[in-house]
Amino acid sequence: MSNSKPVTLCINGRNEEINVPAHRTLLEALRDLGHVEVKRGCEKGDCGACAVLVDGVALDSCLTLAWMCEGSEITTVSGLGNAQDPHPLQTAFIDLGAAQCGYCSPGMIVAAKGFLEEVTDPTDDDIRMALSGNLCRCTGYAKILDAVKHAALLMREEGGKS
Amino acid sequence: MTCVDYPDQTAPNVKRSQIGKPLPRTDAPGKVFGSTRFAGDHTMPGMLHMCVVRANVASAILVALDVEKARALKGVVEILTAADMPTPDVQEEISGQDRTNGADTESPILAAERIRYYGEPLALIAAESRDIAEQARQLVEFELKPVRGVYDPLEAMKPGAPVIQGNSNIVAERKIRKGDAAAALENADFIIENTFRTPFQEHAFLEPEAGLAWVDENDVVNIRVCTQDIAHFRAIADAIGVPHNKVRIRGALVGGGFGGKEDCTLEKFLAVMARKTGRPVRLEYSREDSFVGHGKRHPLILRYKTGVMKDGTICGLDVEIIADSGAYLYLSPYVLLYAAVASPGPYRIDNLNVRARAVATNNMYTSAFRGYGAMQACAAYEQQMEEVAKVLEMDPIEFRRLNYLRTGDPVATGFVPPGAIWTEQCVDLAWKAIGGRAKPAQGPVKIGRGIAAYQQSYGRLSFLDDSSEAWVGVELDGTVIVRSGVADIGAGQVSALCQIAAEILGVSLDKVTVYSTDSAVTPMSGRTAATRTLYMTGNATKKAAEAIRTRLTHRAAQAFDVRQDEIEMADGTVAAKSNPGLSMSLGALAKICRDEGISRTELAMFHQTMQDNLDPETGQGQAHPDYVYGAHAVEVSVDTETGEVCVLRSIAAHDIGQCINRAAVEGQIEGGAQNGQGFALSEEMLYEEGRLITPSLSEYLMPTSMDMPRVESIILESRSGIGPFGAKGIGEPAITPVAPAVANAIADAIGVRVYQMPITPERIVNALAQKRQSAGQMS
Repeated sequence: MSNSKPVTLCINGRNEEINVPAHRTLLEALRDLGHVEVKRGCEKGDCGACAVLVDGVALDSCLTLAWMCEGSEITTVSGLGNAQDPHPLQTAFIDLGAAQCGYCSPGMIVAAKGFLEEVTDPTDDDIRMALSGNLCRCTGYAKILDAVKHAALLMREEGGKS
Repeated sequence: MTCVDYPDQTAPNVKRSQIGKPLPRTDAPGKVFGSTRFAGDHTMPGMLHMCVVRANVASAILVALDVEKARALKGVVEILTAADMPTPDVQEEISGQDRTNGADTESPILAAERIRYYGEPLALIAAESRDIAEQARQLVEFELKPVRGVYDPLEAMKPGAPVIQGNSNIVAERKIRKGDAAAALENADFIIENTFRTPFQEHAFLEPEAGLAWVDENDVVNIRVCTQDIAHFRAIADAIGVPHNKVRIRGALVGGGFGGKEDCTLEKFLAVMARKTGRPVRLEYSREDSFVGHGKRHPLILRYKTGVMKDGTICGLDVEIIADSGAYLYLSPYVLLYAAVASPGPYRIDNLNVRARAVATNNMYTSAFRGYGAMQACAAYEQQMEEVAKVLEMDPIEFRRLNYLRTGDPVATGFVPPGAIWTEQCVDLAWKAIGGRAKPAQGPVKIGRGIAAYQQSYGRLSFLDDSSEAWVGVELDGTVIVRSGVADIGAGQVSALCQIAAEILGVSLDKVTVYSTDSAVTPMSGRTAATRTLYMTGNATKKAAEAIRTRLTHRAAQAFDVRQDEIEMADGTVAAKSNPGLSMSLGALAKICRDEGISRTELAMFHQTMQDNLDPETGQGQAHPDYVYGAHAVEVSVDTETGEVCVLRSIAAHDIGQCINRAAVEGQIEGGAQNGQGFALSEEMLYEEGRLITPSLSEYLMPTSMDMPRVESIILESRSGIGPFGAKGIGEPAITPVAPAVANAIADAIGVRVYQMPITPERIVNALAQKRQSAGQMS
């Protein structure tokens, strides 16, 4: 397509190049690059399933254009941690049963990560407010709330150690 | 979470190393690290991208469909219309329904001439990219001639109403008759009559429908898709005119189902296009496609006429149910039966008359949704119980107590469930936990509390065939493999099988791998629906694992020269109880069995004994294998000026028989509370002449994290269920009593009832205005 251009995206610490037209969303670009852990739920910014961190801030990647992200640090849920070195949020989501169908989990965890960077000791209501843009149909948010709270505790403890 | 040690609690019937504990699910790590691949995450080299062209009105004749401009677009590979479709669908038989009105069970793959609902598929496009497919969709031209439609089931029943299909709009009917309801109502001290209405509901799973299909070297159409039922390969094969063994469904972990992925969604589109083009094809629904592309929850109109004696006994009940079936039948006859069987609730009513009818309209077709008619019935009967108690001037809990079904009592169809009936215990515990009646609040914001009890079946209808198979094997290193066709739709179905195998074979969870949801290589275990998976496939897995255990312990007993019942299997080790020195690893025992030709694998089937259909006139017989009982209590605040409702507390008490994974059980309860709360308060599908005007998640409002209180779960374990270890089920029961509990709490808060869900602020304000008006007229 004539309006396409190559864009270099720094995804989970690695530079990746993709040729995309101006209207291509970050969500589509990431998935085309194989980052299918970023989920497509509505493509309208209603559900939050596609959330990623762009320079540390959680954004709906379906509302963000790929061209705008050149030079930014993009972090998906897979960039936060893995089985060998899990992020406290991931550990808490597993241990406390916060993932059911798991389709909202990548966006939910990323949104929580962005939020916990700002608020280290949140109340239940802080967490509810922060995650209100991330829909879940399975959990009633109960165990998600527990997990985020527990992760905040783990992160404070880790912070205290260093 | 509270685990209640109720006096009736029966003792655990097995020595359990992990059953019943809150354990991390085996599917959780993949989901939180992002390594789980959902159906829409798969691609193939050379694949084409599909999209669906849909009708933009609900009732019309398709006069012309011109795809030539679209076909001419560079990059468009194929466009299919009804003319290209293979043999007509084979119509499914509906047990207990004569189908004399001639209506089709399901919509055709693509509409040929008559459009019967908004969004009905007209054409399929396959192109080299998503963008091109989308551009081609804009270029498809069609001419529709509007035909008078009907959008209200009551209108559709009137003489002269447009007939959707065949010769009548009444597409299914079910009756239940017991005793003499008419005579009992005549002799009643009071008769209370009310009509309740429940709305359409969208499943709103976070994962829109998606799939990838290709034809392989054996001419088998492979379809990788998110589905609750891999057995659809047969219906797909019939629809596209190939033998059953030429279609394979490979499911995936499903990003939420709730019944919305129980019927075929996009499988047939994928199958026809893959065969036609010979290339892999991929189709992902947009959210709007998902809203218009799968069946909804049946809206029901439920008229209740209850006769009671002054002492509070219910002497007779007459129920009339009208269900909006939409443009095609789908699962309506079954959903209708669930509603009819459930309609008296968990109460003993000897004189009962139920007449339920499903009516065709030009609305979106309706089909399976968690609770399946029984939850809509609960929304009515538990509000009715409160209204009857009001007339009797009795405490509603005490009124219920006079009428509960108790263990050993027959349900509406005359069948005595094998399991315990602990409604009373659950209601008392939930009501106590919420603190009983709320104190009246001053000011415009009122506080109210409500409760609802329920009966919800688990297991498929008893007159339908139901079997489930599972294969279990012990590897030479002592790890365990389970193969089962079960679809995990997010509730932890696979993890539960893992636990069951681990429990029986004495290994830890991480030593078990489950291969699931592939119609070619995993034994068929039926659909994930009807709260049947743990019951059916759990039993099959247990049976298979036990057969292996028997052979292994027999061989170990020989090796150690002890009796077979002396052998223990735990932590991957096989040992003699009496002598700790006599032990070997499970792997070592497996190798001995290999050398001697003792099988370490087993394929087991669990079969639900098929019963005769219910009597068509009286509805008497066995409808379901067993039932779950429980209650939900809710506290709300209602702003009487704005109509705003906040759910402050939400407490569930369920007798689930036996927890397999306590955390997963709580998860079901918490999600059910959310799903039911949305149904009661905010989820509204608005249609204008059949056209959905709320096809997005910003217009269709399901509860967010801001709307949900912390749900409290009180879990009772009667260990009386017919599932593994005495389990019943919790998938559907979790939602069933929630909406009427919310409705009763609102009525308690504001002193007036809203008879139509969702109970929106507008409806509350209107009801309060009406109440003031009628109070003004009286004074």
